[in-house]
Amino acid sequence: MIKLELKELTKIFERRVIFRNISLIKDAPGLFGVAGPNGSGKSTLVKVITGLLSPTSGSVAFSAGGREFSPGEAINHFGFASPYLVLYDEFSARENIEFSMKIRGLQFDEAYVDELLQHFSLLKRKNDPVRAYSSGMKQRLKVISAFAHKPELVILDEPTANLDSEGKARVYELAKIAAAEKLVIFATNEEDELAMCNEVLNINDYKLNNNTGKGAKV
Amino acid sequence: MIKRALWLFNKDLVSELRTRYAINALAMFIIVTISVILFAIGQEKISHALAAGLLWVVIFFSAMSGLSRAFVSEEERGTNLLLQLVASPTVVLTGKLFYNLILVFTMNMVILVLYSALFDAFALKNVFLFLASFVLGNTGLAFASTIIASIIAKANSKGTLYPVLSFPILLPLLLMLVEITKKCSDGVAFGEIAPEFFALVSYNVIMATASYMLFDFIWKE
Repeated sequence: MIKLELKELTKIFERRVIFRNISLIKDAPGLFGVAGPNGSGKSTLVKVITGLLSPTSGSVAFSAGGREFSPGEAINHFGFASPYLVLYDEFSARENIEFSMKIRGLQFDEAYVDELLQHFSLLKRKNDPVRAYSSGMKQRLKVISAFAHKPELVILDEPTANLDSEGKARVYELAKIAAAEKLVIFATNEEDELAMCNEVLNINDYKLNNNTGKGAKV
Repeated sequence: MIKRALWLFNKDLVSELRTRYAINALAMFIIVTISVILFAIGQEKISHALAAGLLWVVIFFSAMSGLSRAFVSEEERGTNLLLQLVASPTVVLTGKLFYNLILVFTMNMVILVLYSALFDAFALKNVFLFLASFVLGNTGLAFASTIIASIIAKANSKGTLYPVLSFPILLPLLLMLVEITKKCSDGVAFGEIAPEFFALVSYNVIMATASYMLFDFIWKE
Protein backbone atom coordinates (compact mmCIF):
# COMPACT_ATOMS: atom_id res chain seq x y z
CA MET A 1 0.00 0.00 0.00
CA ILE A 2 1.34 3.39 -0.97
CA LYS A 3 1.67 6.06 1.71
CA LEU A 4 0.76 9.65 0.86
CA GLU A 5 2.10 12.28 3.20
CA LEU A 6 1.40 16.00 3.03
CA LYS A 7 3.56 18.14 5.30
CA GLU A 8 2.37 21.67 6.09
CA LEU A 9 1.30 22.12 2.50
CA THR A 10 0.60 25.73 1.57
CA LYS A 11 -0.34 27.32 -1.74
CA ILE A 12 -0.58 31.05 -2.20
CA PHE A 13 -1.28 32.68 -5.58
CA GLU A 14 0.06 36.20 -5.46
CA ARG A 15 -1.48 37.29 -2.12
CA ARG A 16 -4.47 34.93 -2.14
CA VAL A 17 -4.21 32.00 0.23
CA ILE A 18 -5.62 28.91 -1.49
CA PHE A 19 -4.84 26.67 1.47
CA ARG A 20 -2.41 26.79 4.34
CA ASN A 21 -0.64 24.15 6.43
CA ILE A 22 -2.38 21.00 5.30
CA SER A 23 -0.72 18.04 7.00
CA LEU A 24 -1.98 14.51 6.68
CA ILE A 25 -0.84 10.94 6.24
CA LYS A 26 -2.87 8.43 4.24
CA ASP A 27 -1.67 4.85 4.18
CA ALA A 28 -4.86 2.82 4.38
CA PRO A 29 -7.39 1.89 1.70
CA GLY A 30 -10.64 3.80 1.54
CA LEU A 31 -12.40 6.75 0.02
CA PHE A 32 -11.09 10.14 1.06
CA GLY A 33 -12.95 13.31 0.12
CA VAL A 34 -11.68 16.81 -0.53
CA ALA A 35 -14.64 19.16 -0.23
CA GLY A 36 -15.24 22.83 -0.78
CA PRO A 37 -17.34 25.18 -2.89
CA ASN A 38 -16.41 26.19 -6.44
CA GLY A 39 -13.14 28.11 -6.56
CA SER A 40 -12.13 27.06 -3.05
CA GLY A 41 -8.93 25.30 -4.16
CA LYS A 42 -9.82 21.61 -4.38
CA SER A 43 -8.32 21.29 -7.86
CA THR A 44 -5.27 23.29 -6.81
CA LEU A 45 -4.71 20.85 -3.94
CA VAL A 46 -4.92 17.79 -6.19
CA LYS A 47 -2.67 19.48 -8.75
CA VAL A 48 -0.09 20.04 -6.02
CA ILE A 49 -0.42 16.41 -4.87
CA THR A 50 0.05 15.11 -8.43
CA GLY A 51 3.00 17.41 -9.09
CA LEU A 52 1.26 19.54 -11.71
CA LEU A 53 1.76 22.56 -9.45
CA SER A 54 4.49 23.29 -6.95
CA PRO A 55 3.47 24.19 -3.41
CA THR A 56 4.42 27.60 -2.03
CA SER A 57 5.75 25.75 1.01
CA GLY A 58 5.51 22.29 2.49
CA SER A 59 5.91 18.98 0.72
CA VAL A 60 4.17 15.99 -0.81
CA ALA A 61 5.76 12.55 -0.46
CA PHE A 62 4.79 9.16 -1.82
CA SER A 63 6.40 6.10 -0.27
CA ALA A 64 5.98 2.36 0.10
CA GLY A 65 7.79 -0.04 2.43
CA GLY A 66 9.71 2.86 3.95
CA ARG A 67 11.16 3.96 0.61
CA GLU A 68 10.22 7.36 -0.72
CA PHE A 69 9.51 7.64 -4.45
CA SER A 70 11.11 10.29 -6.58
CA PRO A 71 8.62 12.44 -8.56
CA GLY A 72 9.55 10.41 -11.68
CA GLU A 73 8.70 7.14 -9.92
CA ALA A 74 5.58 8.48 -8.22
CA ILE A 75 3.77 9.07 -11.52
CA ASN A 76 3.61 5.29 -11.99
CA HIS A 77 1.95 4.75 -8.61
CA PHE A 78 -1.04 7.05 -8.88
CA GLY A 79 -3.81 7.58 -11.38
CA PHE A 80 -5.47 10.93 -11.93
CA ALA A 81 -8.61 12.02 -13.74
CA SER A 82 -10.04 15.49 -14.04
CA PRO A 83 -12.28 17.43 -16.46
CA TYR A 84 -9.41 19.82 -17.27
CA LEU A 85 -7.09 17.07 -18.51
CA VAL A 86 -7.35 17.09 -22.29
CA LEU A 87 -6.89 13.89 -24.28
CA TYR A 88 -5.32 13.69 -27.73
CA ASP A 89 -8.41 13.88 -29.90
CA GLU A 90 -6.77 12.63 -33.10
CA PHE A 91 -6.05 9.33 -31.29
CA SER A 92 -8.50 6.62 -30.30
CA ALA A 93 -9.36 5.68 -26.72
CA ARG A 94 -7.06 2.68 -26.97
CA GLU A 95 -4.18 4.75 -28.35
CA ASN A 96 -4.58 7.42 -25.66
CA ILE A 97 -4.44 4.86 -22.86
CA GLU A 98 -1.59 2.94 -24.47
CA PHE A 99 0.41 6.15 -24.89
CA SER A 100 -0.13 7.27 -21.29
CA MET A 101 1.13 3.88 -20.07
CA LYS A 102 4.04 3.36 -22.47
CA ILE A 103 5.46 6.82 -21.85
CA ARG A 104 5.62 5.90 -18.15
CA GLY A 105 7.46 2.71 -19.06
CA LEU A 106 4.51 0.52 -18.03
CA GLN A 107 3.12 -2.55 -19.73
CA PHE A 108 -0.15 -2.03 -21.58
CA ASP A 109 -2.56 -4.69 -20.29
CA GLU A 110 -5.09 -4.63 -23.10
CA ALA A 111 -7.40 -7.25 -21.56
CA TYR A 112 -7.74 -5.21 -18.35
CA VAL A 113 -8.23 -1.96 -20.29
CA ASP A 114 -10.95 -3.68 -22.34
CA GLU A 115 -12.68 -4.67 -19.09
CA LEU A 116 -12.65 -1.04 -17.98
CA LEU A 117 -13.90 0.12 -21.39
CA GLN A 118 -16.67 -2.47 -21.17
CA HIS A 119 -17.57 -1.26 -17.67
CA PHE A 120 -18.03 2.24 -19.07
CA SER A 121 -19.77 1.08 -22.27
CA LEU A 122 -16.93 2.34 -24.48
CA LEU A 123 -15.54 -0.97 -25.72
CA LYS A 124 -17.26 -0.81 -29.11
CA ARG A 125 -15.96 2.72 -29.65
CA LYS A 126 -12.38 2.10 -28.47
CA ASN A 127 -10.86 2.52 -31.91
CA ASP A 128 -12.78 5.71 -32.77
CA PRO A 129 -10.85 8.96 -32.56
CA VAL A 130 -11.60 10.82 -29.34
CA ARG A 131 -12.73 13.86 -31.34
CA ALA A 132 -15.86 11.87 -32.19
CA TYR A 133 -16.70 11.36 -28.49
CA SER A 134 -19.22 13.37 -26.50
CA SER A 135 -18.00 15.25 -23.41
CA GLY A 136 -19.46 12.51 -21.21
CA MET A 137 -17.62 9.78 -23.13
CA LYS A 138 -14.38 11.75 -22.82
CA GLN A 139 -14.89 12.01 -19.07
CA ARG A 140 -15.46 8.26 -18.85
CA LEU A 141 -12.25 7.72 -20.77
CA LYS A 142 -10.33 9.97 -18.37
CA VAL A 143 -11.58 7.90 -15.43
CA ILE A 144 -10.53 4.71 -17.26
CA SER A 145 -7.06 6.20 -17.84
CA ALA A 146 -6.74 6.85 -14.11
CA PHE A 147 -7.33 3.15 -13.38
CA ALA A 148 -5.71 1.58 -16.45
CA HIS A 149 -2.25 1.00 -14.94
CA LYS A 150 -3.69 -0.45 -11.70
CA PRO A 151 -2.26 2.33 -9.49
CA GLU A 152 -2.19 2.06 -5.69
CA LEU A 153 -3.63 5.56 -5.33
CA VAL A 154 -6.37 7.06 -7.51
CA ILE A 155 -7.11 10.77 -7.44
CA LEU A 156 -10.37 11.81 -9.06
CA ASP A 157 -11.05 15.52 -9.39
CA GLU A 158 -14.74 16.10 -10.09
CA PRO A 159 -14.97 12.62 -11.57
CA THR A 160 -18.63 12.84 -12.51
CA ALA A 161 -18.53 16.18 -14.33
CA ASN A 162 -20.44 15.90 -17.65
CA LEU A 163 -21.64 12.39 -16.78
CA ASP A 164 -25.23 11.16 -16.93
CA SER A 165 -26.73 9.12 -14.09
CA GLU A 166 -25.53 5.84 -15.61
CA GLY A 167 -21.99 7.18 -15.99
CA LYS A 168 -22.01 8.42 -12.39
CA ALA A 169 -23.17 5.02 -11.16
CA ARG A 170 -20.31 3.32 -13.05
CA VAL A 171 -17.74 5.68 -11.52
CA TYR A 172 -19.12 5.12 -8.00
CA GLU A 173 -19.14 1.37 -8.52
CA LEU A 174 -15.55 1.30 -9.70
CA ALA A 175 -14.39 3.67 -6.94
CA LYS A 176 -16.04 1.55 -4.23
CA ILE A 177 -14.44 -1.64 -5.55
CA ALA A 178 -11.04 0.06 -5.81
CA ALA A 179 -11.37 1.59 -2.32
CA ALA A 180 -11.40 -1.89 -0.79
CA GLU A 181 -7.71 -2.28 -1.48
CA LYS A 182 -6.35 1.15 -2.41
CA LEU A 183 -6.77 4.80 -1.52
CA VAL A 184 -9.21 6.71 -3.73
CA ILE A 185 -9.41 10.48 -3.37
CA PHE A 186 -12.49 12.40 -4.53
CA ALA A 187 -12.16 16.16 -4.94
CA THR A 188 -15.76 17.21 -5.30
CA ASN A 189 -18.64 19.31 -4.05
CA GLU A 190 -21.25 16.66 -4.88
CA GLU A 191 -23.04 15.63 -1.69
CA ASP A 192 -23.56 12.04 -2.96
CA GLU A 193 -19.84 11.57 -3.53
CA LEU A 194 -18.83 13.07 -0.20
CA ALA A 195 -21.35 10.83 1.56
CA MET A 196 -19.52 7.80 0.17
CA CYS A 197 -16.19 8.91 1.69
CA ASN A 198 -14.79 7.52 4.93
CA GLU A 199 -13.20 10.85 5.73
CA VAL A 200 -13.50 14.36 4.30
CA LEU A 201 -11.11 17.30 4.28
CA ASN A 202 -12.84 20.65 3.88
CA ILE A 203 -10.50 22.99 2.04
CA ASN A 204 -12.15 26.03 3.66
CA ASP A 205 -10.76 24.94 7.04
CA TYR A 206 -7.28 25.63 5.72
CA LYS A 207 -7.63 29.21 4.53
CA LEU A 208 -6.65 31.18 7.61
CA ASN A 209 -3.61 31.16 9.74
CA ASN A 210 -5.07 30.50 13.18
CA ASN A 211 -3.40 31.11 16.54
CA THR A 212 -1.19 28.06 16.34
CA GLY A 213 -0.05 28.86 12.83
CA LYS A 214 -1.55 25.57 11.65
CA GLY A 215 -4.66 24.83 9.68
CA ALA A 216 -7.54 22.88 11.22
CA LYS A 217 -7.19 19.13 11.45
CA VAL A 218 -8.94 16.67 9.17
CA MET B 1 14.40 6.85 -20.71
CA ILE B 2 15.18 6.72 -24.43
CA LYS B 3 12.40 4.16 -24.96
CA ARG B 4 9.88 6.43 -23.23
CA ALA B 5 11.08 9.42 -25.25
CA LEU B 6 10.63 7.36 -28.40
CA TRP B 7 6.99 6.81 -27.44
CA LEU B 8 6.51 10.55 -27.26
CA PHE B 9 8.32 10.94 -30.57
CA ASN B 10 6.08 8.27 -32.08
CA LYS B 11 2.99 10.02 -30.72
CA ASP B 12 4.09 13.37 -32.18
CA LEU B 13 4.94 11.83 -35.53
CA VAL B 14 1.61 9.99 -35.87
CA SER B 15 -0.23 13.08 -34.64
CA GLU B 16 1.57 15.21 -37.25
CA LEU B 17 0.77 12.76 -40.04
CA ARG B 18 -2.90 12.80 -39.01
CA THR B 19 -3.33 16.53 -38.41
CA ARG B 20 -0.63 18.01 -40.74
CA TYR B 21 -0.15 20.71 -38.15
CA ALA B 22 3.44 21.64 -39.11
CA ILE B 23 4.10 19.83 -42.40
CA ASN B 24 1.69 21.96 -44.45
CA ALA B 25 2.98 25.22 -42.97
CA LEU B 26 6.59 24.19 -43.62
CA ALA B 27 5.97 22.97 -47.17
CA MET B 28 4.13 26.16 -48.13
CA PHE B 29 6.80 28.34 -46.56
CA ILE B 30 9.64 26.56 -48.35
CA ILE B 31 7.94 26.78 -51.74
CA VAL B 32 6.91 30.42 -51.33
CA THR B 33 10.31 31.58 -50.02
CA ILE B 34 12.33 29.85 -52.72
CA SER B 35 9.92 31.13 -55.41
CA VAL B 36 10.19 34.72 -54.14
CA ILE B 37 14.00 34.55 -54.16
CA LEU B 38 13.95 33.11 -57.68
CA PHE B 39 11.65 35.89 -58.93
CA ALA B 40 13.70 38.54 -57.13
CA ILE B 41 16.96 37.36 -58.68
CA GLY B 42 15.51 36.94 -62.17
CA GLN B 43 18.29 36.71 -64.74
CA GLU B 44 20.89 38.27 -62.44
CA LYS B 45 24.03 36.28 -61.60
CA ILE B 46 24.59 35.97 -57.86
CA SER B 47 27.86 35.15 -56.15
CA HIS B 48 28.65 31.93 -54.26
CA ALA B 49 28.76 33.92 -51.03
CA LEU B 50 25.29 35.37 -51.57
CA ALA B 51 23.87 31.97 -52.56
CA ALA B 52 25.31 30.45 -49.37
CA GLY B 53 23.78 33.22 -47.27
CA LEU B 54 20.37 32.92 -48.92
CA LEU B 55 20.28 29.16 -48.29
CA TRP B 56 20.52 29.71 -44.54
CA VAL B 57 18.03 32.57 -44.66
CA VAL B 58 15.48 30.16 -46.18
CA ILE B 59 16.35 27.53 -43.58
CA PHE B 60 16.10 29.99 -40.66
CA PHE B 61 12.69 31.36 -41.62
CA SER B 62 11.33 27.92 -42.49
CA ALA B 63 12.42 26.71 -39.07
CA MET B 64 10.64 29.67 -37.50
CA SER B 65 7.40 28.74 -39.25
CA GLY B 66 7.23 25.13 -38.09
CA LEU B 67 9.57 24.09 -35.32
CA SER B 68 7.70 25.73 -32.46
CA ARG B 69 4.79 23.37 -33.09
CA ALA B 70 6.23 20.59 -30.93
CA PHE B 71 5.34 22.51 -27.78
CA VAL B 72 2.86 25.11 -29.02
CA SER B 73 0.38 22.47 -30.22
CA GLU B 74 0.40 20.81 -26.77
CA GLU B 75 -0.21 24.17 -25.11
CA GLU B 76 -2.89 25.33 -27.56
CA ARG B 77 -4.83 22.09 -27.36
CA GLY B 78 -4.44 21.90 -23.58
CA THR B 79 -2.73 18.49 -23.66
CA ASN B 80 0.37 19.80 -21.88
CA LEU B 81 -1.15 18.99 -18.46
CA LEU B 82 -1.63 15.37 -19.47
CA LEU B 83 1.95 15.24 -20.69
CA GLN B 84 3.21 16.81 -17.46
CA LEU B 85 1.29 14.19 -15.55
CA VAL B 86 2.56 11.10 -17.35
CA ALA B 87 6.12 11.99 -18.33
CA SER B 88 9.18 13.39 -16.61
CA PRO B 89 10.62 16.64 -18.04
CA THR B 90 13.69 14.79 -19.38
CA VAL B 91 11.51 12.36 -21.32
CA VAL B 92 9.43 15.22 -22.74
CA LEU B 93 12.47 17.23 -23.85
CA THR B 94 14.17 14.20 -25.40
CA GLY B 95 11.01 13.10 -27.21
CA LYS B 96 10.35 16.59 -28.58
CA LEU B 97 14.00 16.90 -29.55
CA PHE B 98 13.85 13.66 -31.56
CA TYR B 99 10.75 14.97 -33.31
CA ASN B 100 12.31 18.35 -34.12
CA LEU B 101 15.51 16.66 -35.32
CA ILE B 102 13.54 14.57 -37.81
CA LEU B 103 11.51 17.61 -38.86
CA VAL B 104 14.62 19.80 -39.28
CA PHE B 105 16.52 17.17 -41.27
CA THR B 106 13.56 16.42 -43.54
CA MET B 107 12.78 20.10 -44.07
CA ASN B 108 16.39 21.06 -44.72
CA MET B 109 17.03 18.14 -47.06
CA VAL B 110 14.05 19.27 -49.14
CA ILE B 111 15.33 22.86 -49.09
CA LEU B 112 18.83 21.72 -50.02
CA VAL B 113 17.64 19.60 -52.95
CA LEU B 114 15.36 22.37 -54.29
CA TYR B 115 18.01 25.02 -53.74
CA SER B 116 20.72 22.98 -55.48
CA ALA B 117 18.42 22.30 -58.42
CA LEU B 118 17.18 25.87 -58.86
CA PHE B 119 20.22 28.05 -58.06
CA ASP B 120 23.20 27.67 -60.38
CA ALA B 121 25.33 29.86 -58.12
CA PHE B 122 25.02 27.30 -55.35
CA ALA B 123 27.76 24.88 -56.37
CA LEU B 124 29.69 23.03 -53.68
CA LYS B 125 33.26 22.02 -54.34
CA ASN B 126 33.73 20.31 -50.97
CA VAL B 127 30.49 18.36 -50.57
CA PHE B 128 31.67 16.10 -47.74
CA LEU B 129 32.66 19.00 -45.48
CA PHE B 130 29.44 20.81 -46.26
CA LEU B 131 27.35 17.74 -45.38
CA ALA B 132 29.23 17.28 -42.10
CA SER B 133 28.59 20.91 -41.13
CA PHE B 134 25.01 20.63 -42.43
CA VAL B 135 24.39 17.76 -39.98
CA LEU B 136 25.94 19.70 -37.11
CA GLY B 137 24.04 22.84 -38.08
CA ASN B 138 20.72 21.01 -38.21
CA THR B 139 21.38 19.44 -34.83
CA GLY B 140 22.14 22.85 -33.33
CA LEU B 141 19.03 24.29 -34.97
CA ALA B 142 16.89 21.49 -33.52
CA PHE B 143 18.35 21.91 -30.01
CA ALA B 144 17.91 25.69 -30.00
CA SER B 145 14.46 25.73 -31.57
CA THR B 146 13.16 23.03 -29.21
CA ILE B 147 14.14 24.80 -26.01
CA ILE B 148 12.97 28.18 -27.34
CA ALA B 149 9.64 26.60 -28.39
CA SER B 150 9.15 25.30 -24.84
CA ILE B 151 9.67 28.84 -23.50
CA ILE B 152 7.41 30.68 -25.94
CA ALA B 153 4.63 28.04 -25.78
CA LYS B 154 3.47 29.56 -22.49
CA ALA B 155 3.40 33.14 -23.84
CA ASN B 156 0.39 34.91 -25.34
CA SER B 157 2.04 36.20 -28.52
CA LYS B 158 3.81 33.00 -29.53
CA GLY B 159 4.10 33.82 -33.25
CA THR B 160 5.98 37.06 -32.68
CA LEU B 161 8.06 35.90 -29.78
CA TYR B 162 9.52 32.82 -31.47
CA PRO B 163 11.63 34.57 -34.16
CA VAL B 164 12.46 37.45 -31.79
CA LEU B 165 13.82 35.09 -29.13
CA SER B 166 15.41 32.74 -31.65
CA PHE B 167 17.32 35.35 -33.61
CA PRO B 168 20.03 36.21 -31.05
CA ILE B 169 20.40 32.55 -30.06
CA LEU B 170 20.60 31.25 -33.62
CA LEU B 171 22.65 34.14 -35.02
CA PRO B 172 26.10 32.69 -34.07
CA LEU B 173 25.05 29.33 -35.51
CA LEU B 174 23.83 30.87 -38.76
CA LEU B 175 26.93 33.04 -39.18
CA MET B 176 29.18 30.00 -38.77
CA LEU B 177 27.09 27.98 -41.21
CA VAL B 178 27.06 30.75 -43.82
CA GLU B 179 30.84 31.04 -43.53
CA ILE B 180 31.37 27.28 -43.81
CA THR B 181 28.99 27.00 -46.78
CA LYS B 182 30.79 29.87 -48.51
CA LYS B 183 34.16 28.20 -47.99
CA CYS B 184 32.81 24.82 -49.12
CA SER B 185 31.67 26.53 -52.35
CA ASP B 186 35.25 27.74 -52.80
CA GLY B 187 36.55 24.21 -52.20
CA VAL B 188 38.76 24.87 -49.18
CA ALA B 189 40.39 22.09 -47.16
CA PHE B 190 39.25 21.11 -43.65
CA GLY B 191 42.11 23.01 -42.01
CA GLU B 192 40.65 26.33 -43.16
CA ILE B 193 37.22 25.76 -41.70
CA ALA B 194 38.34 23.87 -38.62
CA PRO B 195 37.72 26.85 -36.24
CA GLU B 196 34.11 27.26 -37.44
CA PHE B 197 33.64 23.49 -37.45
CA PHE B 198 34.75 23.08 -33.84
CA ALA B 199 32.72 26.14 -32.87
CA LEU B 200 29.67 24.34 -34.32
CA VAL B 201 30.41 21.30 -32.16
CA SER B 202 30.79 23.56 -29.10
CA TYR B 203 27.52 25.34 -29.90
CA ASN B 204 25.69 22.00 -29.94
CA VAL B 205 27.24 20.89 -26.66
CA ILE B 206 26.31 24.21 -25.00
CA MET B 207 22.74 24.13 -26.33
CA ALA B 208 22.25 20.51 -25.25
CA THR B 209 23.61 21.15 -21.76
CA ALA B 210 21.65 24.37 -21.27
CA SER B 211 18.45 22.72 -22.56
CA TYR B 212 18.58 19.80 -20.14
CA MET B 213 19.55 22.06 -17.23
CA LEU B 214 16.77 24.61 -17.83
CA PHE B 215 13.92 22.48 -19.06
CA ASP B 216 12.69 21.36 -15.62
CA PHE B 217 12.08 24.99 -14.68
CA ILE B 218 10.44 25.87 -17.99
CA TRP B 219 8.14 22.85 -18.17
CA LYS B 220 6.67 22.91 -14.67
CA GLU B 221 4.20 25.78 -14.03
